[in-house]
Amino acid sequence: MEIFKKVTQVDFLGKRQLALIFSFVLILTSIVSLGVRGLNFGIDFTGGTLVELSYSDPVNPTEVRGVLNQAGIDDAIVQYFGTSRDIMIRLPVDADKASADQSSEVVRILREARSESLTESPEGGMQRCVIAGAVSDCHVQMRRVEFVGPQVGDELTEKGGLAMLYALIGILIYVAFRFEWRFAVGSVLALVHDVLITLGCFSLLALEFSLPVLAAVLAVIGYSLNDTIVVFDRIRDNFRKMRKGLPSEIMNRSINETLPRTVLTSLTTLLVVLTLLLVGGEIIKGFAIALLIGVVIGTYSSIFVASPSVLVLGISREDMLPVVKEGAEGDSTP
Amino acid sequence: MRNHTPWWKWLIIAAVILPGALYALPNLFGDSPGIQLRGARGGELGTEQLAEIQRVLDESKIKYDALTLDEQGIRVRFPSTDAQLQARDSLELRLGSGYTIALTLIPAAPQWLAQAGAVPMYLGLDLRGGVHFLLEVDMASAQSRAEDRYVSDLRTTLREAKIRYREISRDANGLIGITLRESAERDAALKVIGKEIPGLEVRPSGEGSTVDIRLALAQAELDALFKFALEQNITALRNRVDELGVAEPVVQQQGDRRIVVQLPGVQDTARAKRILGRTATLEMMMVDEEHSLEAALGGKVPTGSKIYRFRDDRPILLEKRVIYSGENIVDAAASIDTQSGGPIVSITLDAIGARINQNITGKNIGKRMAVLYIENRSVIQTDAQGQALRDAKGQVTRTKQRIEEVITAPVIRDQLGKRFQIEGLDSVIEARDLALMLRAGSLAAPVEIIEERTVGPSLGQANISEGFRSVVIGFVLVLVFMAFYYRFFGLVANLALALNLVLIVAVLSLLQATLTLPGVAGIVLTVGMAVDANVLIFERIREEIRNGSTPQASIFTGYERAFSTIIDANVTTLIAAIVLFNFGTGPIKGFAVTLSIGIITSMFTAILVTRALINFFYGGKRVKSLAI
Repeated sequence: MEIFKKVTQVDFLGKRQLALIFSFVLILTSIVSLGVRGLNFGIDFTGGTLVELSYSDPVNPTEVRGVLNQAGIDDAIVQYFGTSRDIMIRLPVDADKASADQSSEVVRILREARSESLTESPEGGMQRCVIAGAVSDCHVQMRRVEFVGPQVGDELTEKGGLAMLYALIGILIYVAFRFEWRFAVGSVLALVHDVLITLGCFSLLALEFSLPVLAAVLAVIGYSLNDTIVVFDRIRDNFRKMRKGLPSEIMNRSINETLPRTVLTSLTTLLVVLTLLLVGGEIIKGFAIALLIGVVIGTYSSIFVASPSVLVLGISREDMLPVVKEGAEGDSTP
Repeated sequence: MRNHTPWWKWLIIAAVILPGALYALPNLFGDSPGIQLRGARGGELGTEQLAEIQRVLDESKIKYDALTLDEQGIRVRFPSTDAQLQARDSLELRLGSGYTIALTLIPAAPQWLAQAGAVPMYLGLDLRGGVHFLLEVDMASAQSRAEDRYVSDLRTTLREAKIRYREISRDANGLIGITLRESAERDAALKVIGKEIPGLEVRPSGEGSTVDIRLALAQAELDALFKFALEQNITALRNRVDELGVAEPVVQQQGDRRIVVQLPGVQDTARAKRILGRTATLEMMMVDEEHSLEAALGGKVPTGSKIYRFRDDRPILLEKRVIYSGENIVDAAASIDTQSGGPIVSITLDAIGARINQNITGKNIGKRMAVLYIENRSVIQTDAQGQALRDAKGQVTRTKQRIEEVITAPVIRDQLGKRFQIEGLDSVIEARDLALMLRAGSLAAPVEIIEERTVGPSLGQANISEGFRSVVIGFVLVLVFMAFYYRFFGLVANLALALNLVLIVAVLSLLQATLTLPGVAGIVLTVGMAVDANVLIFERIREEIRNGSTPQASIFTGYERAFSTIIDANVTTLIAAIVLFNFGTGPIKGFAVTLSIGIITSMFTAILVTRALINFFYGGKRVKSLAI
């Protein structure tokens, strides 16, 4: 099967004004949202405690909250997580007690409310409790506990920002070295564009920004760049090959020639990202959403942001000629 | 001849794929229930112990599948959980206290694979279940303890040098101040200090002051101190973890003041926290029976004594002088007192402790001696909103809580020596934990858990199955798509993709890099992105065909010209992955690892392997058209 029977003739660069407006609106919305609403940072960054429990029968969050209140824990956020038997409890950093003990406290209190207490449990099996003098599976099963101290959260936020910066600088250097500085600037502009809009979507939709989401954003940088580089590579090729034509024509042709590949790779990547989103489970959901947004925006930006930027920066054929060839030509002139 | 793969390229391909398949193989076998035995308190296990265990198992008529000895200790694999539990009971009964015995899961792959160094992937705690702690050593406390030590050294040194001083004290900023009586003695004092206590550095003292000397710990001394505190804490934590009976625990340094502790399979996290985080020690003191407790409570505390409290808050007046402390304890064991039926801890002292004990108790028969339990905790300070308070540098501020409880204060009936018992504990578990703490050694500085990630076994199992399902579904979708879109060439790309998965698993197994849930997501993502190289090549080939090249020439040019594009595109993705790896903690690192491995293996399979296959089918003959 072949979708693209012959090279398409779309004037992508001619639509750069439109693309500029579109991107501008998206970025502005993202920046405003990031400024006003901010990101809904998960406990990886804010610090705090998260406890995920699985009950043997359906449970009411209000009831859980009540039990915790009675035990003096009144700042807990209790929600369903997935099913009506699964509960997620979040607690802010509490320094009155050693914070790491809080999660154990919560589990103990909720088990006590069901008159059970943990006893020796086998590795890989259900947690076993003493219930009315006999040992059986606990009604309240601990699925997951995460506690992040405030010092760790702060470091992560700082390190996460730095990581993005380093990735961008590393890429800038590599592309400048392999291509030319205008291409480096163009690709980094596209990446900043992608990252801003992905973050903006998370802010607008109030999705939780966790550590896996940050990883996904960095993966998006990698992916979007991959896309951009392929287009740039063809532009460089065509500048050297085609003796005639304005830079904008050559670039248009390059984008069209690589279009089938751009679309196909996006499709296969989207296939697996959607798979992750639909069957990967709750924990991986945010990660998959970030990738989904990022892959779509990244594909768009490699065509409509990266290349127009290079054009606007004033690329010409002379910039693309390899240095070695100039020497060879010099020899052949009489 | 064009489109012919030279023999050495086939050789390279074979040299990668065959070991790849071998190293990926153990992952197909799964796990069996097993038992891991290690020497208690760092003891080594050898062939002698192996034979002993074999004898115990044979005599108890317990069937086992494999019995192996390696640097991790001795591992026994069983056909069923029943046999495993039965074996644990008889081993515990027959072996004595020289072993720590832990239930675990052991890879069920055949022996010859393990002997070839092929072992399954190392699953992260989010997949296998278990506890991950990040502990921070409270270095400020280690420093202030050292400063206290130096202050007392200074006192002795100056006294011995006959230099009179008015005061020696230390402040909260790490400065030790000495106020001399005579300014004439300042130079002499500095000289003595420089000679006798080289760890201290002289700092400028206040304006115009001639009797003041200010000192601080030299940087080299501080570094050595922190290093020691960290190392000593790691050793103590290892001992404690061993006592918990966990198979394959990890206790590792991270950075210059943190320690990672991973306990696979542990379900009772509260107990693990209690045992890891405690900096408990015992001090023995005499009860002050010459003064009245009531008067002391009224405010007239005699010098040399202090009011302490029992757990139930009853006050007691103790002499401040410590007779001996937890450092003199060499062994401690919990048991039940045969007479009273209450829990007790039997303690064995070292030679110094035994001598002091003998001396003191011999002189004080009929008097009371108290056992004081001391625990240091550091607590983060917060404001009214529950936000952590920070100092000028943005560091979280902490206060220290020192918990001092008198466990028991019995009357000395006999002269005690090397061994004695502590009574008055609340429960058997408490007795066991106290014995464990005393046995496993105290920490050089308090530690605080600053991060915990615990995954229960049911979630771990769910993560594995959801992750596995994602890989399979994603993989199949891409396979169908490629076969449909590129026909024969698509099938070749699919073969390469399958091979790529095998290689990723093989490299992960070989490196024993930790596979986490985000790592699995990285594999899924790689499946989608790995075909990119083939898409690039195939689109190039189609372009060449469209431009009128012959099939053979198209294949050749397609591969040649796509090559540099693929390298450029992948190197930049690799840069992002490497940054991610350096930034990453735990699970995220797993993602970076699988992504990086996937990029590298996919370049191999998508370029070298598919080209060899395409050449094999099309190369060297007249071809009219390509199934692309």
